[in-house]
Amino acid sequence: MPLHVERVSHRYGAVEALDGIELDIADGETVVLIGPSGCGKSTLLGILGGLLQPTSGRVTLSGAPTAESLNPFTYIFQDFALLPWRSVAGNVALALEHRALGAAERTERVASALALTGLGEFATAYPKQLSGGMRQRVGIARALVVRPAVLLLDEPLSALDAQTRELLMEDLLAIWAREKSTRVYVTHNLEEAARLADRVVVLSRRPGRIRDVIGIDVPVAERGRTEHAGLLRDVHRRLWSLIRDEAATADREIQHV
Amino acid sequence: MSERGDRRPVPFRGGGFAPVPRRLLPWIVFFVLIAAWQAASSAGLLPPLFMPSPAAVIDALYGLWRDGTLAQNLGASLGRIIPGWIIGTAAGLAAGLAMGIFSAARAAGLPIVSALFPIPKIALLPLLILWFGIGEPSKVATIALGVFFPTVISAYSACDSVPRNLIRMGQSFGLPATDIVAKIVLPGAMPGILAGFRISASVALLLLVAAEMIGAQYGIGAFVLTAGNLMQTDQLLAGVVVLSILGLLISWGLGTLERSVLRWR
Repeated sequence: MPLHVERVSHRYGAVEALDGIELDIADGETVVLIGPSGCGKSTLLGILGGLLQPTSGRVTLSGAPTAESLNPFTYIFQDFALLPWRSVAGNVALALEHRALGAAERTERVASALALTGLGEFATAYPKQLSGGMRQRVGIARALVVRPAVLLLDEPLSALDAQTRELLMEDLLAIWAREKSTRVYVTHNLEEAARLADRVVVLSRRPGRIRDVIGIDVPVAERGRTEHAGLLRDVHRRLWSLIRDEAATADREIQHV
Repeated sequence: MSERGDRRPVPFRGGGFAPVPRRLLPWIVFFVLIAAWQAASSAGLLPPLFMPSPAAVIDALYGLWRDGTLAQNLGASLGRIIPGWIIGTAAGLAAGLAMGIFSAARAAGLPIVSALFPIPKIALLPLLILWFGIGEPSKVATIALGVFFPTVISAYSACDSVPRNLIRMGQSFGLPATDIVAKIVLPGAMPGILAGFRISASVALLLLVAAEMIGAQYGIGAFVLTAGNLMQTDQLLAGVVVLSILGLLISWGLGTLERSVLRWR
């Protein structure tokens, strides 16, 4: 489902978080939002899915989600946002319980989402029994179960260690090869951007403005090949040169709490 | 690389401080204390009038049980604490959850609750006696009032401590507000609410005894007071033992409730 960000600005009190963001996201595209901390990338993601009201500007969509999409804009959260008192299957079913679905279809959808994320044998486990990687797989399954038209990922791998992050990136790529959706992915990790994005949108900080948009021409599925290693390294280097100075400023800033 | 004979082990410094379970020790300490008390009494070191022996207390307890005094007084006490606690808890949960969920209820209720919470509720008993008479309702009302305030505060802060991101998650999946309350806020607040029950139960026990000492014919508090006036210290201590058993039973019951409701923890 194509999305249009029309002159979106947002401020928290006196702090200007986003300033005049203009962005068109095509159907089925994966856009990665990247930038130093404090660039408002999570704010923009919140506005995209209707969890935050922008101070000015608006987000519009064209076309209609498919009939089977129960929750067109669906998030995957950095901290997983699982209910600790519900089992894995219960957490996934939460997304369906308030929808008009037959019990049989609900069970079928939960089972197929769990199978797709490799959680089949963990259906009755509780979140605290699972590793961070498995918890985020539950978050992914919960998002897939509603067949989203737009998947909004808010630093989904940032809470995981490097090895688990690698495994989950492979999982996401495998799932995305099968499930069609438009995806907006927020991260501060340059490698995730280079591996997953069709286009990388680089934001500057305070106020967040679009600094550059970098398209990556190699199809996502082929990026693992050695002949593209040089290109991905170039993307990585370009992104870092765009972000480095501001990341250094952000690092040296005193936090106001 | 030095010679093998030159090597010494790195000194170990990491021992201690980690709690180690000692299953028997609590019981041993308990029985040693009782035995020492009994020995001191038997040796004539403790004047029976001021500190009767454990055997005398057990004897008195048995007598109270045999002649029905215990049942009569315990029945009267339970008839006050149970309705008082239930009324106070029900009202407190209603008010506290409303304050946790609705901003308007919070803005209206929090200043009042904060202002009235520190009043020792037993000070209101004379007023409640004027309102309800010297009979049961004034005592039940004192207990209910004492239970109400800590319950409001624990229910309110338990709701408040439910992580915002879980509520946002519910919103992002399009859950209706009623579902967010029923499936996210209430279960998330449950640990805090149950912890509040422990506090309110001990408040209820305290107020029960105090209210019964101020004006009641029957009840464990009244019995203990009368025994003291008659210098029947064995009876007095038997009453105290009953109160302590009552407190332990309440705490055990709440522990069982917590374990079954909060199995996911």
